[in-house]
Amino acid sequence: MNFANLNVEAVVMFLIFVATTLLITRWAASRARTAADFYAAGGGITGFQNGLAIAGDYMSAASFLGISGLVFASGFDGLIYSVGWLVGWPIVLFLIAERLRNLGRYTFADVAAFRLKATPIRTMSAVGTLAVVAFYLIAQMVGAGKLIELLFGLPYVYALIIVGVLMVTYVATGGMVATTWVQIIKACLLLGGATFMALMVLLHFSMSPDAMFKSATETHPDGLSILAPGKLVTDPISAISLGLALMFGTAGLPHILMRFFTVRDAKAARKSVFYATGFIGYFYILTFIIGFGAITLLMNDPSYFKVGEGGVYDKINGMIGGTNMAAVHLSKAVGGDLFLGFISAVAFATILAVVAGLTLAGASAVSHDLYANVFARGRTSETTEVRISKVSAVVIGIFAIWLGYVFEKQNVAFMVGLAFAVAASCNFPVLLMSIFWSGTTTRGAVVGGFLGLASAVGMVLLSPAVWVKTFGFEKAIFPYDSPALFSMTLAFLGIYIVSKLDRSASAAAERAAFESQFVRSETGIGAGSATAH
Amino acid sequence: MAADAVALIDKVKRDPEFHALQKRRARLAWTLSAAMAAIYFGFILLVAFAPAWLATPLGSHTTTVGIPLGLGVILSAFVLTGLYVRRANTEFDVTTQRIIERLS
Repeated sequence: MNFANLNVEAVVMFLIFVATTLLITRWAASRARTAADFYAAGGGITGFQNGLAIAGDYMSAASFLGISGLVFASGFDGLIYSVGWLVGWPIVLFLIAERLRNLGRYTFADVAAFRLKATPIRTMSAVGTLAVVAFYLIAQMVGAGKLIELLFGLPYVYALIIVGVLMVTYVATGGMVATTWVQIIKACLLLGGATFMALMVLLHFSMSPDAMFKSATETHPDGLSILAPGKLVTDPISAISLGLALMFGTAGLPHILMRFFTVRDAKAARKSVFYATGFIGYFYILTFIIGFGAITLLMNDPSYFKVGEGGVYDKINGMIGGTNMAAVHLSKAVGGDLFLGFISAVAFATILAVVAGLTLAGASAVSHDLYANVFARGRTSETTEVRISKVSAVVIGIFAIWLGYVFEKQNVAFMVGLAFAVAASCNFPVLLMSIFWSGTTTRGAVVGGFLGLASAVGMVLLSPAVWVKTFGFEKAIFPYDSPALFSMTLAFLGIYIVSKLDRSASAAAERAAFESQFVRSETGIGAGSATAH
Repeated sequence: MAADAVALIDKVKRDPEFHALQKRRARLAWTLSAAMAAIYFGFILLVAFAPAWLATPLGSHTTTVGIPLGLGVILSAFVLTGLYVRRANTEFDVTTQRIIERLS
């Protein structure tokens, strides 16, 4: 083990973050008594706080470092990506957020199971949730281990264990209250750090973006082409399919959907999406500026690159740690070692917050959906349910460390895409159809949901990104990297056709129950807040 | 759900003002969703089919057409959510509250 490269500033600042969040967790644990406290922070989070927390859940280290790195390497293409990550939010607001708040209590499965049969629907939703959480966790854990190894000089496995232990501590002892505050603090730190960096970049160009673009085109080996669409979008089918996954996947992410139960009512749920959209959009604009600033401020400085003989270096791929490190190197260029330490600590905090949110969503699916409503069929106490949730969080934590270990050497870049594809093809169609279409029956929702899940996973496995690049086969069986266009269609058609063909008596009762559900979803009558009764 | 909530829901179901309100809400929600989808997929299709146009510089600047357009999509997402929240948190919520008070 070699700790010689330990980055002292970063470690100190990260320890301050950990100490603060652990204090908050202890405070949260002393207040969290009921299931409502554990899953939904007692419904006591305000719209503004929840907006920040949602932004905290959504702005991962992968999007901060990945998008600024993509802008650094290929300019405009980075913007195409960030736009895609953002446009799901208005859809969440217009169609999902307030209805979710009005119909559910702790998990999105509450909503789908409102008039449909609990056992099959909750089983399917839990499988959908756990699939999204697992794929997302693999991407985050592997990214975390490598990033922390690089930034802090800490061995990969140590990094995994630190991340795993801290996330379980937040979730298992402090529940949703602690997780929410970890998100809020992280969101403020990340937005603050990124704002400072973008401002320093713009100051360098006397606040003129045009001067920044001009200088970037003069520095970058690809010249003017970095201000135009490049290789990211090659054919319209892939572009639309990826667009669908990003847009509707956001509306099917279990850890995001859970956040709408932490606010008092539909009004606050709406406000939280408005603030979240603002913060996330602002953040993407910052990453765009950071990426372009990195081109001018870093590319001509060999100290950020692996330099070959005669001082020659690759101005893009030669970057120390890869292009994903562009934002980290830029922090040193604009703010010295101290600011580098700060941004490194923020990157660590960011990973921690995202995995904590995922762990809570996974643990809730196990305890609230699978245990309380499927195995115990409602015959359990709140205390037992919360205890199961805490145990599940520990199990998920151990599992996440193991996954991070197993996948260390694999290319996991497709995992986030897979998580979004499953969210868009399984969770989202079931949720949307159960809320809006009176004809939806249990059989239809279960068949359609599993069809979406299976086809999304299957098509990703057979796609060029996995079949060729990961498994090493010569030719992909499914030609597109993003399956959403096809798997979403299958899910919606499955729900529609099977529901239409469902002639059972229970299906008739489920259709008849739609009107009451509809009134409640639109008015919130009978919904109450997530406080214990 | 409490019995009084069930009874209230039954009354709301048959209330013409509720159905009128619901139509207005649905129209706004689906129109804005369609608008967001059109803006986003319009942008993606421009990237796929008209990359040369997106690469055109703005006047004598270096900045190309694509950059303000892309930032515009981000801004439009924020503006559309703002429009919805403003109407839903005032007009729709007030009307809903009035219907509930009248029927309970």
